[in-house]
Amino acid sequence: MNLDFSDDQKFLQSEARKFLEKEGSLNRSRKVLEDKQSIDKELWNKIVELGWTGIRIPEEYGGLGLGHLELCVVAEELGRYLAPVPFSSSVYLFTEAIIKYADEEVKQDILPRLISGDIIGTLAVTEDLFAPSKTNIKTLTDNNLLTGRKIAVPDAEIATHSLVVSNSTSGICLRLVDHSSDSVIIEHQDTIDESRGHFSVEYNNTPSILIGDDSNGWDFYENLLDQAAVLFSFEQIGGSQASLDMATSYAKERYAFGRQIGSFQAIKHKLADMYVAITLAKSNSYYAAWALSTDSSDLSVASATARVSSTKAFQLCSKENIQTHGGNGFTWEYDCHLYYKRSKLLSVNIGSLSNWKEKLVSGLEKSNTY
Amino acid sequence: MDFNDTTEQAQFRKTCREWLEQNAEPKSSSSRESFSDIDFLEVAKQWQKKKYDAGWAMLHWPKEYGGIAASPIERIIWAEEESKFNVPRGIFEIGLGMCGPVMMEYATDEQKERFLPSMAEGTEIWCQLFSEPSAGSDVAGLRSKATQDGDNWIINGQKVWTSGAHFCDYGILVVRHDPNLEKHKGMTFFFVDMKSQGIEVKPIKQITGGSSFNEVYFTDVVIPDSQRLGAIGDGWKVAITTLMNERLAVGDANGADVKEAFNWAKKQDDSGEYLINNRATRESIADWYCEANGLKNTKLRTMSALSKGETPGPEASITKIVSANKLQDIGNFGIDSLDMAGMLKPENNEIQSFQNAWLGAPGLRIAGGTDEILKNIISERVLGLPQDPRADKGLPFKDIPSGN
Repeated sequence: MNLDFSDDQKFLQSEARKFLEKEGSLNRSRKVLEDKQSIDKELWNKIVELGWTGIRIPEEYGGLGLGHLELCVVAEELGRYLAPVPFSSSVYLFTEAIIKYADEEVKQDILPRLISGDIIGTLAVTEDLFAPSKTNIKTLTDNNLLTGRKIAVPDAEIATHSLVVSNSTSGICLRLVDHSSDSVIIEHQDTIDESRGHFSVEYNNTPSILIGDDSNGWDFYENLLDQAAVLFSFEQIGGSQASLDMATSYAKERYAFGRQIGSFQAIKHKLADMYVAITLAKSNSYYAAWALSTDSSDLSVASATARVSSTKAFQLCSKENIQTHGGNGFTWEYDCHLYYKRSKLLSVNIGSLSNWKEKLVSGLEKSNTY
Repeated sequence: MDFNDTTEQAQFRKTCREWLEQNAEPKSSSSRESFSDIDFLEVAKQWQKKKYDAGWAMLHWPKEYGGIAASPIERIIWAEEESKFNVPRGIFEIGLGMCGPVMMEYATDEQKERFLPSMAEGTEIWCQLFSEPSAGSDVAGLRSKATQDGDNWIINGQKVWTSGAHFCDYGILVVRHDPNLEKHKGMTFFFVDMKSQGIEVKPIKQITGGSSFNEVYFTDVVIPDSQRLGAIGDGWKVAITTLMNERLAVGDANGADVKEAFNWAKKQDDSGEYLINNRATRESIADWYCEANGLKNTKLRTMSALSKGETPGPEASITKIVSANKLQDIGNFGIDSLDMAGMLKPENNEIQSFQNAWLGAPGLRIAGGTDEILKNIISERVLGLPQDPRADKGLPFKDIPSGN
């Protein structure tokens, strides 16, 4: 029985943590937010130099050839320090799609350049102010030419490529698009968390390459989300823990009515609730990490379980961290809002809490064992 | 990461399984053990004796007291395997889980030889006498009195919430020997023969209608000084050892689980549709599934640490808070699923299971540390937050405000 990371993986995690701490990742996140930049390029370049973009890419393409577990421990640290980089878009979603579904020619072309940072990818799905589904995708591919408008696409401006969920005469498919084409128009969209830019992307008869086969695109997309949900969960755990740590140290420093506010049960119990939520999320994410790393048939339910628990944990921890800080927590100056905002970004980026709950229950219905 | 036993663990699991297969019936598809037998106590004693004779009763104990000196991970493997069989539970847990460790640590060698094997064998059952009418969460506020009389102590007072006192042979007891001392310094710890003259046990009728707890009255009960555990005045220190063991022993709340709720929702009618198609039901099931699996996976993390010979982190401290509240919610859901007929008690095992959960859960949220006390423990011991300022600090016990 070993539901834990290996010593090597723990070492990688502690190195990642030291690196992000030393680089002042949290302050960089604030700067991106305040300057309305899309990402922190310098930090991203350093991450590329460390080889994190190639963690999962096989050695034959120049990557590190490591597993998903290594990605999980790095994700937790990126979440803890709110790293303002397109890691989730490019690594958890885009790179994984290329590894899993692209043909050999595309892999040889794309993967080495993902490692070197010459390519940054993102996933373009949403088209309107509601959840995308198999039946409401209007973006259309005809003769490999893609036309349509996607919105709320994270990191699109810095991304060189997008993977687009498109409709076609044979059904939903995934299309790879190079943003250097003049027919791609990318525009900034105002968001509730500007620490990671979101954009609209318009494609007008844009050349595209099919990734995977041309009718099962929606299943591929769902499977990509199942995988990415595990990694998002680890980012959410990192953010939750950072929020609890902030709240705990403030509760020890701050005095009211002649005593530390952390000695009031109203505060204690709030923080204990945060600890409970994090523990559940962490344990479920460890299990999902195992399911992901072994491509278990249980992945879909396991990742939804991790995703739901972690989303709930980060939402709880980030909002109660503000509450624990009182008026200070509501100021721009304190970091509480950075976590509050990131918790919302991470919770909607690959689909809302209630949609993941629905995924979980329909997964249980499909598995005859439950 | 993997979920496989090591070679030694797999071998040990096989040994457990083989013995269980020869000596017990596997559980049927229903998730909990059931006995139609009229005398549950007798069945439980027989099973305990069988286990004892084969070394399984207290397998982590040293051989001289009837164990096989098993490691923590082997103990968990045994418990996992035993839980797959239809065997009686709930009679010996307090004695073996709380009284046993205290005796092991504080009793004399002669006393250990006399009492531990019979405790493990189930021929003598033990209970714990801590709580009092005015000492619940604040158990150190207890008032039962011990007065020294030569080589004996004379005990007067009342204990409450004593599980199984009506069939127990011995009990561990903490009482106040000096109310002039500070609260935590004036207590002393004993073990007592429950058949002693002056002990009166009165069952408490619970909201479920059943009676698993008792009031225990002490009137001039004589306890020899040789049955004192720890020094005079060390009662609190000894009690804390026991309570820490209790918090490990009182774990996952047994009763209607998310799987029952899910399977029920798949077949229960809800305004002409199946209940599982109700969006609110689906959200609740997702939440309970996340909690149930969160606890299961937390346990696996604890086991992983034990398996590597490491000390587990504090993560298991969340178990009772999460599971007792979940049990209450699931019971509530099951009853509500009957809509206006929810008041009835029909002859239906599934509905009864929800009703039992709903009625029993309030007790589980209190027993072995209330939700609130457990949250204090998490925030103080795990997160390192300061204790509440106390109105009773430094005062002689007799001067502490008590509201009466």
